[in-house]
Amino acid sequence: MFPTPIAKTSRSWQVTYQTLLPIALVLWLLPLIAVAVFSVKPAGDFSNGNYWGLPTSFDFAANYGRVFFDSDMPRYLLNSVFITVPTVIGAVALSSMTGFALGIYRFRMNLLVFFMFVAGNFVPFQILMVPVRDLTLNLGLYNTKTGLVLFHIAFQTGFCTLFMRNFIRALPYELIEAARVEGVAEWRIYWFVVLPLMKPAIAALAVLIFTFIWNDYFWAIVLTQGIESQPVTAGITSFNAQYRAAYNLMSAGSIVAALPPVAMFFAMQKHFIAGLTLGAVK
Amino acid sequence: MADTSLPLPQNPTPRRSWYKRNEIAVTPWLFLAPGVVFFAFYVVFPIFQSINISFYQWDGLGKAQFIGLSNYEELYWDDAFYVSLRNNVIWLVLYLLAIPAGLFIALFLNQTVTGIRLYKSLFFFPFVISQVVVGLVFTWFYDPTFGLLNQIIGVFGLGPINVLGDERYVTYGIIAAGLWPQTAYCMILYLTGLNAVDPEQIEAGRLDGARGWKMLWFIIVPQLKPATFIAFVVTIIGALRSFDLISIMTNGGPFGESRVLSFYMFEVALSEYGLRMGYGAAIAVILFLIMLLFIGYFLWSMYQDDKAAR
Repeated sequence: MFPTPIAKTSRSWQVTYQTLLPIALVLWLLPLIAVAVFSVKPAGDFSNGNYWGLPTSFDFAANYGRVFFDSDMPRYLLNSVFITVPTVIGAVALSSMTGFALGIYRFRMNLLVFFMFVAGNFVPFQILMVPVRDLTLNLGLYNTKTGLVLFHIAFQTGFCTLFMRNFIRALPYELIEAARVEGVAEWRIYWFVVLPLMKPAIAALAVLIFTFIWNDYFWAIVLTQGIESQPVTAGITSFNAQYRAAYNLMSAGSIVAALPPVAMFFAMQKHFIAGLTLGAVK
Repeated sequence: MADTSLPLPQNPTPRRSWYKRNEIAVTPWLFLAPGVVFFAFYVVFPIFQSINISFYQWDGLGKAQFIGLSNYEELYWDDAFYVSLRNNVIWLVLYLLAIPAGLFIALFLNQTVTGIRLYKSLFFFPFVISQVVVGLVFTWFYDPTFGLLNQIIGVFGLGPINVLGDERYVTYGIIAAGLWPQTAYCMILYLTGLNAVDPEQIEAGRLDGARGWKMLWFIIVPQLKPATFIAFVVTIIGALRSFDLISIMTNGGPFGESRVLSFYMFEVALSEYGLRMGYGAAIAVILFLIMLLFIGYFLWSMYQDDKAAR
């Protein structure tokens, strides 16, 4: 193990390390801690210039209550859910199929198709912006959640295919050969042999795509514009315009907007990290 | 290509014999069809459409007028374009700092003490938060009247500085905000990479008297190559994609000094400054060409790995 395990080092370094850890963490998260403190302060503290002193009262319930009951935030959060969840399902479903095709079969165009997915996944959003917006307008889906979902599914399929294909490549190929010898139809091999083995990959992709899509801002402002369809990342700017200079409410709103992916991460940490490393670093 | 095999036979009974005979050859295309069609319509075709649009003058509604290379000629004389391009280069170079910074934090956290798992998760925290929120958080952090940054440097008798209002600092200020989640990402890549480092090689290195920096550079870092590659890929892509932070923190200002190509493109094509789709597409094409250099390199590396794996 590198660096040298702390248990094998001198007593003084052990103590230093143990004290250094929390200090480093607080410094690292300082901007976030500041926002968390802001979000429980009463509005009066900001008008009195008491930005960094102790809160004169603990207004957690009041501030977050206003975010939930006195603003459009719940609507935006709901929109985000209705955009994110179908995208996750769609992208995972499509890519489990493409990944299966590219991971199991050998055919001439295999690598070409695979590289198309990978390369497409890396292109700058701006080169897609004008035509995709146009396409969405022509389909009558501009400013709808469906329009956003369809694009997200298509784009995320690139990344998911990369991941799924590499995962399936690593599965023991004998399993498939054995099934073929038994005369199992190809689609049954997909459904009954490969899909059950892909559960970890599916879990990893699901949390990862959830986070990506929840946090998307660019496509939200390109393809939607009103409260009926905008996700929370775009909605927060109108929220902030509504509560201009009410830093306690803006902070509370930001924390609420950021929370779902954070909760997702803490709940499914192992899968999340497996996804981030593209399954390449074990 | 895939389009020829588009109709998914839900019920292949009518051509059963043909399908049975060609099952191995046909099945992959059936499985690929939905994904490929979706991807083609939303990602592949739009790239070519954008390239095409860049030769037109178009407001997005009326009729497009073909103007040849005029958009590119205008770009050539456009100062804002060069400011954006320069900022893109600054982003690319400074964003790479996330890789050594992530490695450093990963080494710091690669221990087994009580609660270390929680520490690792909390250090990774910034990456999970949306860039919009990161942008807001840092905007307040930099605020000249109450921001924490000025409180801190005030203790040393410096400041106040208005990071986001000063054209000299603004890009660096935004990059610092972007480095925060990006470093967290690289850290987690290296933490998983460090898990896989071969303990025998470390022991062998220790016996040969390698320690500290030498050990890190000659024994650890080479074994972290896969992690470094992914960190490099995601950091480069992240740097060239930077949009959210700029849009939230400064909206390109002051005086357009914090623009990058991705933001400038959006501003030209789809903001209150105008609907110049053709000109925007031309900017996007330039950005795409820059990205293509890296994409080509990534694909080439993957191809080499793939060949070796067979």
